Amino acid sequence: MKKFLFALLMVCLPAVVQAAASAYPTDSMKPDLRDQASLQRGMALYVNRCMGCHSMEFQRFERTADDIGLPHDLVEEYLIRGDLKIHDQMTIAMSKTDAAGWFGAPPPDLTLEARLRGTDWLYTYLRTFYRDDSRPWGVNNALFKDVGMPNVLEDLQGVVINNCTSEELEARGGFSGTLDPLTGTRSGQCLTVQAGTGSMSPAEFDQAIYDLVNFMAYVGEPSRLQSERIGTYVLIFLAIFTFFAYLLKREYWRDIH
Amino acid sequence: MAGHRNKGNPGLMGWIDDRFPATALWDDHLAKYYAPKNFNFWYFFGSLALLVLVNQIVTGIWLTMSYNPSDEGAFASLEYIMRDVEYGWLLRYMHSTGASAFFVVIYLHMFRGLMYGSYRKPRELVWIFGMTIYLALMAEAFMGYLLPWGQMSYWGAQVIVSLFGAIPVIGPDLQQWIRGDYLISGITLNRFFALHVVALPIVILALVVLHIIALHEVGSNNPDGIEISENLDENGIPKDGIPFHPYYSVKDLVGVGVFLFIFSIVVFFFPEGGGYFIERPNFEPANALKTPDHIAPVWYFTAFYAMLRAVTFNLFGLDAKFWGVVVMGAAIAILFVLPWLDRSPVKSMRYKGWISKIYLVVFAISFVILSVLGALPATDARTTVAQICTVLYFGYFLLMPFYTRLESTKPVPQRVTG
Repeated sequence: MKKFLFALLMVCLPAVVQAAASAYPTDSMKPDLRDQASLQRGMALYVNRCMGCHSMEFQRFERTADDIGLPHDLVEEYLIRGDLKIHDQMTIAMSKTDAAGWFGAPPPDLTLEARLRGTDWLYTYLRTFYRDDSRPWGVNNALFKDVGMPNVLEDLQGVVINNCTSEELEARGGFSGTLDPLTGTRSGQCLTVQAGTGSMSPAEFDQAIYDLVNFMAYVGEPSRLQSERIGTYVLIFLAIFTFFAYLLKREYWRDIH
Repeated sequence: MAGHRNKGNPGLMGWIDDRFPATALWDDHLAKYYAPKNFNFWYFFGSLALLVLVNQIVTGIWLTMSYNPSDEGAFASLEYIMRDVEYGWLLRYMHSTGASAFFVVIYLHMFRGLMYGSYRKPRELVWIFGMTIYLALMAEAFMGYLLPWGQMSYWGAQVIVSLFGAIPVIGPDLQQWIRGDYLISGITLNRFFALHVVALPIVILALVVLHIIALHEVGSNNPDGIEISENLDENGIPKDGIPFHPYYSVKDLVGVGVFLFIFSIVVFFFPEGGGYFIERPNFEPANALKTPDHIAPVWYFTAFYAMLRAVTFNLFGLDAKFWGVVVMGAAIAILFVLPWLDRSPVKSMRYKGWISKIYLVVFAISFVILSVLGALPATDARTTVAQICTVLYFGYFLLMPFYTRLESTKPVPQRVTG
């Protein structure tokens, strides 16, 4: 039985193994959960471009709408598909079995992806797809080598061409190049966007991805802002409490020598 | 003795005292429990440990109300708590941060004991009950860590349970018996849940009671390591003692305030603790077919994990892994016999010789280095450092009977100082 299980494990393993995290230089982004316009744009992009395959099965539409300042009727009209209701969780219709057949592995649920991978990782990953004819979907990714995901944002970003070998790409990063420790500059940018092939300028595309990752950061931990708001009051209370506790202690201990 | 006090008094308390020793208990453990007046910073951590224990029990009860201990439902129920339960995120973060805070507080509490000789006669049982609490707490934390059913929960449990498999002859069967399955599964999750929320909390609470009863029987030690009960006034009260309540209850209140301030900063602003209190891979549901790149136990176990990995050679025909488990077990077991290893004529580090002082510092540094190494992937250089630190760790205990007897000590004062 154990041998059988082990054999089963060995057979199944390659199918689900994903590329190990490399030392690839990631671009940094700092989420701003107070920027509701950004979160709203991020949600629209997510629902329209990602949610065909990637659910957010622990997060509800209603909570999301309330937190990022979208009216329920707008969400119901434009962002909820099929039979789902506003109080439902953000699930998808694609079955995991079908998805595994189509992509090799089912597209993961992304509720917690920003907490799992980090926002810098996501921000870099989504911007560094490039054309690679050796791959089933015709694209590869500089950060996540041989990923099974198609580049669903290519019409926005434009066609991206890789001018480096895979080793160079791994060392330099997609758009950043190698960091020279003496001058602090990077050289030899590997990926280039073919001008005129995308509907967005590079700056617009970076902003769109920022919004998307910002939204994913919010979904990863929807209580973050509430936590920081309450936390501030708790700390103020505790500071006052501790001060008076100290005065009380000093008063009691006055006669101890 | 307690049965003959406070009888025949008027009022409600009198009525109760005639039937239950409420006032006697209050006096024995608080109002007339005389503690040395020279407690310093290091003496806050006993009462703080009690506070964290209460925090864990209360938040734990509320988490249990919404948690689902099944392999299909565990991960989702945690996110349900984080999103749909009112203030569920707060309960969860208080509990997860509380686990780390518990070990911070306990490690400092134990270090205080090492520093001032709080394990020495007549406090051997206080120390042994305390060590047993520490052991039960490790089991409690380990089993609790499986419950979120994330990748690190799963593979961490896999690694730790597999250690039992290194025991010769019975190992593989023992391992399977612990898991209740051929691999970590929903069955394992269910039994760990039962042990985490019912069995071990009862054990820990009982041990805490024993720890405190034993302490209050012999009285508290102090930074000078002298017995205040040897200097009594005409009423039989220690001259250097003050009633625990109100003096130390108000003093501990300040400690509680400072502690809660730091605790709240983590809970409300940095609940992941930089990836050490809640590890990143744990945001992905447990998957038996996908091993994370790097499996590390939570920070409070990493010192012992580093010792386990430091043993890289086979011995007497037995596997290195088995000896690693032996070393790890011995590292904890040796703390139990500490009261009989210390042969110094004085208790406190203040009056011990320089070998003891230097070695205590070396010991503490070794433990910290081991903790850091245990969290990192092993390399040859790191393993060598871990081996040196492991030897230093054991040396502190095994050489103690010699260096504590040989070194010259300073004279101990009659009365407490400072």
